[in-house]
Amino acid sequence: MARKATALQRKIRILVAKPGLDGHDRGALVLARAFRDAGMEVIYSGLLPSPEQVAQMAIDEDVDVVALSLLNGAHMTAFPKVKKLLDKLGGKDVVVVGGGIIPEEDKPRLLKLGITGLYGPGSSFEDIVEHVRGRVRKERWKE
Amino acid sequence: MLRDAGDAYWRKKAKSVVERRAKKGTLYERKAVERAREGLRQWQDTLYAEWAEKSPGAGRDPQTASGIPLKPLYTPDDVANSEYSDQGFPGVYPFLRGVYPNMYRGRTWTMRMFSGFGTPEDTNKRLKLLLDHGETGLSIAFDMPTLYGYDCDSERAHGEVGRCGVNVSSLKDMEVIFDGIPLGEVSTSMTINAPATVLTCMYAGVGKRQGVPASQLRGTVQADMLKEYIAQKEWAYPPEAHLRLVRDLMVFATKEMPLWNYISISGYHIREAGSSAVQELAFTLADGFGYIELGLEAGLKVEQFAPRLSFFFNSTMDFFEEIAKFRAARRVWATVLREKYGVTDKRSLLMRFHTQTSGASLTWQQPLNNVVRTAIEALAAVLGGTQSLHTNSYDEAWALPTEQAVEVALRTQQIIAEETGLPSVIDPLGGSYYVEWLTEQMEEEAYKYFDRIEAAGGLLKAVKTGYLQREIAENSYRLSKRVEQGKDSVVGVNKYSKPEKEPIDTLKIDFKAQRAQTKRLAAVKRERDEAKVRAALAKMEKAFENEDANSMYPMLDAVTKYATLGEVMGVGRRVWGSYKEPMLL
Repeated sequence: MARKATALQRKIRILVAKPGLDGHDRGALVLARAFRDAGMEVIYSGLLPSPEQVAQMAIDEDVDVVALSLLNGAHMTAFPKVKKLLDKLGGKDVVVVGGGIIPEEDKPRLLKLGITGLYGPGSSFEDIVEHVRGRVRKERWKE
Repeated sequence: MLRDAGDAYWRKKAKSVVERRAKKGTLYERKAVERAREGLRQWQDTLYAEWAEKSPGAGRDPQTASGIPLKPLYTPDDVANSEYSDQGFPGVYPFLRGVYPNMYRGRTWTMRMFSGFGTPEDTNKRLKLLLDHGETGLSIAFDMPTLYGYDCDSERAHGEVGRCGVNVSSLKDMEVIFDGIPLGEVSTSMTINAPATVLTCMYAGVGKRQGVPASQLRGTVQADMLKEYIAQKEWAYPPEAHLRLVRDLMVFATKEMPLWNYISISGYHIREAGSSAVQELAFTLADGFGYIELGLEAGLKVEQFAPRLSFFFNSTMDFFEEIAKFRAARRVWATVLREKYGVTDKRSLLMRFHTQTSGASLTWQQPLNNVVRTAIEALAAVLGGTQSLHTNSYDEAWALPTEQAVEVALRTQQIIAEETGLPSVIDPLGGSYYVEWLTEQMEEEAYKYFDRIEAAGGLLKAVKTGYLQREIAENSYRLSKRVEQGKDSVVGVNKYSKPEKEPIDTLKIDFKAQRAQTKRLAAVKRERDEAKVRAALAKMEKAFENEDANSMYPMLDAVTKYATLGEVMGVGRRVWGSYKEPMLL
């Protein structure tokens, strides 16, 4: 994938996390590899962290992005919770993106909270990586 | 395979399979094979080459989904090693052609649709509907809190009650699920693993209240903990503790519930997690050999427990590779059980399996296309000789299925069974040069994987170091990249796509289930005899601490006194602690 020089100088740090009782880690593990191959520094939460643990991990690891993945239908409680906790812990400017099985009608509320992306199965890596890069450049690096 | 490393059998076997394939067999006359080889060469160099040049083909690479390279045409030369005895007859060792002598001529496969959502009342209604529609076996899905062994009122359960399946927090919930369904007349498959012992006890508890003795209860729990660590990732304790509980279940059920299929050795989740067909075959069979060794360690004889083991496979879109996988699985299982574990009892050699069409193959784009995908996958399962089948509903990439979508899925099976004429002939693809060659190829690759697992220190170690999990993750990434690069097509996703709107009605689950379940659980706790529950749990804890005890008896006692799922599982958490998997990046 072609990248501009500015992006090459600085690596995006991204936490890929599954906040909740959900062992479906295929998407998360594949995306972790795609982010890695796109030149990002990837941290994977492992399975079954609570939203509290995910937010704390993001702060401790000083990441630019938290990428949340859930396929168990609990995204409407878990995603906002992570975002709220992040804000509370001083990570208001950490970019939060999400994905999994997310019905159309749930999307407006998540987008309003600043949780974007909301990719489903079959989405292209290129789109996802570009989306993450775009938000990091704009919101974290103020390019 | 389970705990050892370096058992010479696996290395020798992998080598001998390769050597065997290079030898000449007697099924085809040698001169005829030579003529076929010569004819193929001529055809390929002239006619085929000419046409191939004119239209190089815009399709995928000529390889199976597992990456096995494919020729344009297969001839007797590709299976020149064949002996007819390697193929044999249905119901006869090595069971390549089917486990029963008459297969679907006697009775078609069991149409077993997996369902369960919301409250126990919702699930009870769905089960009764399916029985009315002619379904012949029940199959229940549980929600995440139940699968992990937390009660509905636990903080960890918040927002997840009743979402991916039905919630069971105590025996009371099971009584509601099976209300009006006579357990003496149905067989019930429960997709439950970490708490499989607890749910087995609860099922026995419901049976007792209905007046059906445990010895007459028919059904299946999954209880395949090895694949949990490999793929599905729903565990409560470290692997050793869960294997010990599986051992207790094997010993208990062998004695008390002889019709209970207590382990359903599952490749389904391994495949859904992103493995190839070869990996699904190899890892699932390796798990099976692991459970054989677990039973032997517990002092059981293989003939006592092997007939109670069944298998559960995935069926996805590479039609012929799937069929070859099912056929290979039967032959490898019987061969290894006989050769390595010295099994002679015929019932113990039979690999009986359930199949589910692939959830991962469904797309949320253009969801009606999923009806077609599911039909193709179901057909592969039937041509592969499955004993039972679940067909997915077309709306499952969006949400839990609606009633209408479930009905179409069931009708898909009924159309295959009753309109195509397919059940008339057993193993109709047997003898196809391609299918027989691919079956052998899958077997060879599986044996090579057994050897690698053994070299990695055996199954338990391969799981704890993350070897198997990483193998799957790498394959899954390979597959995703192939789709991304357009090497593999997914219609409606990377081909023929169009803008999407949410086009179908989906089933909505709200917080009603959580509220109703929490209320019922509170009532259960109020009404039960607290002192008796405490005493029963204390007794069970002692059994957990004593490696030689069988914990099923005190667990059954605790559960029938309405100790909750979370309480029972919580005792294990205290005794054994939890488990964190190795880093998989």
